[in-house]
Amino acid sequence: MSLRVLASGALTTVQDLGRPGLAHLGVPRAGALDPPAAALANRLVGNAPDAAVLEVTLGGLVVTTDAGVWVAVTGASCPVDVDGAPRGHARPAWLAAGSRLSLGAASSGVRSYLAVGGGIAVTPVLGSRATDTLAWVGPPRVEPGTRLPVGPVVGPPAPHDTPRPPRPGGLRVHPGPRVDWFAPHALTTLCGSTYEVGSASNRIGLRLEGPPLERVRHDELPSEGMVLGAVQVPPDGRPVVFLADHPPTGGYPVLAVVEEADLWQCAQLRPGEGVRFTRA
Amino acid sequence: MGGTDATGQTGPVHLRPFGPHALLAEVADASEALALATWARTVGIAAADVVPAARTVLLDGLTHEAADDVRARLAHWSPTTAATEAGPGHVVEVPVVYDGADLAFVADQWGTDVEGVVARHTGTAFTSAFCGFAPGFAYLTGLPEELAVPRLDTPRAAVPTGAVALAGPWCGVYPTASPGGWRLLGRTDAVLWDADRDRPALLAPGTRVRFVRA
Repeated sequence: MSLRVLASGALTTVQDLGRPGLAHLGVPRAGALDPPAAALANRLVGNAPDAAVLEVTLGGLVVTTDAGVWVAVTGASCPVDVDGAPRGHARPAWLAAGSRLSLGAASSGVRSYLAVGGGIAVTPVLGSRATDTLAWVGPPRVEPGTRLPVGPVVGPPAPHDTPRPPRPGGLRVHPGPRVDWFAPHALTTLCGSTYEVGSASNRIGLRLEGPPLERVRHDELPSEGMVLGAVQVPPDGRPVVFLADHPPTGGYPVLAVVEEADLWQCAQLRPGEGVRFTRA
Repeated sequence: MGGTDATGQTGPVHLRPFGPHALLAEVADASEALALATWARTVGIAAADVVPAARTVLLDGLTHEAADDVRARLAHWSPTTAATEAGPGHVVEVPVVYDGADLAFVADQWGTDVEGVVARHTGTAFTSAFCGFAPGFAYLTGLPEELAVPRLDTPRAAVPTGAVALAGPWCGVYPTASPGGWRLLGRTDAVLWDADRDRPALLAPGTRVRFVRA
């Protein structure tokens, strides 16, 4: 069976847990930017945690199916309907053969996740179905007309699930490997200020505007391996939080590293919204 | 590069914590980085990613216990013992048509002519030290520092797939067409990157590389 895509909004990609372990070949890890939301969507339709889902940016996805299937939408809040009849957010819904599922414009957050029972079964690339938007390793982006195969159902839908815990507050950070390249107060500045999410933010990084982080070393740093959540600081002093599609290596010093469990928040922050950091 | 890390450990490798799950090992140069990365894979360090670079190796996805293990083992590590344990990498021959736009510039920089550049390039035993910039883009060592060439001041908007190029002391081959500021020597039909292959990157770190005239 398969889904057919009628509309795909600003950006829709197939995502799963990503393909870690290939950074030494220059391949980003990719994977869902809001892993707890993707995991919840999979649980709701009875999928394994590694099943592939669709990551929809700011809503606007419309799909039809050629066979009945359970679906669930999580992550950024958006109106969900089946053939015009509203369906709940974060609960399983039955999509009958020939029916049309629509995700309206997201009212808050950025990325919604659509899971289908059996998972999106496009051919894996290097062990994963995730699309990396830096080097475009993985399946191509989802466009109107794309036909997406759906895998065999492995379990029943789960009608109830624990909602995600409330926002813990700021993004918790650990000191980075190049903290000595910065003025002694740089970490205090990072953790004592509100930064604003820049409009160039994407799956590669959350670009932030705010008090510049002052460097004391201005020589060139030879490129070095980067981790998920690294807070890299280019010469303009404005931090970038590295997300799933970050380049595997980078040449700007890393002041701090965001706790991995907090990174899902970066997937849902809109340009202009504020973000705060706290010491882990 | 000697050093003392946060635990007071001394040795040829300086370890910097890179968040709660990673260590950044600082070494003297790219060949030591490659040796350390090869060693880490050979002895089975429990890292999800081992990423060599110009002067560092990132060991990412470490548990607390694995990080302790790395600290203990690296106290006695040296590039020479590592090379003995790992052995040499396999050799790849890359056929090149030497018709690059910057051949004359490189000849001038090296104080020779175009034939001299080709002879030097085909006569050099290169090693892939690390990948970066794009999937399968390998930084190849082998040229001496005195043959380093400057990058273009303004990168070209489009460098074709298979372009063989130099920047600083590095040689590289573009796996896909992209903008680029490296000095072009020629081009190859060799497929540098193919995600469907067993070895997706032709020039994975540790691979030995010989360029031959096509």
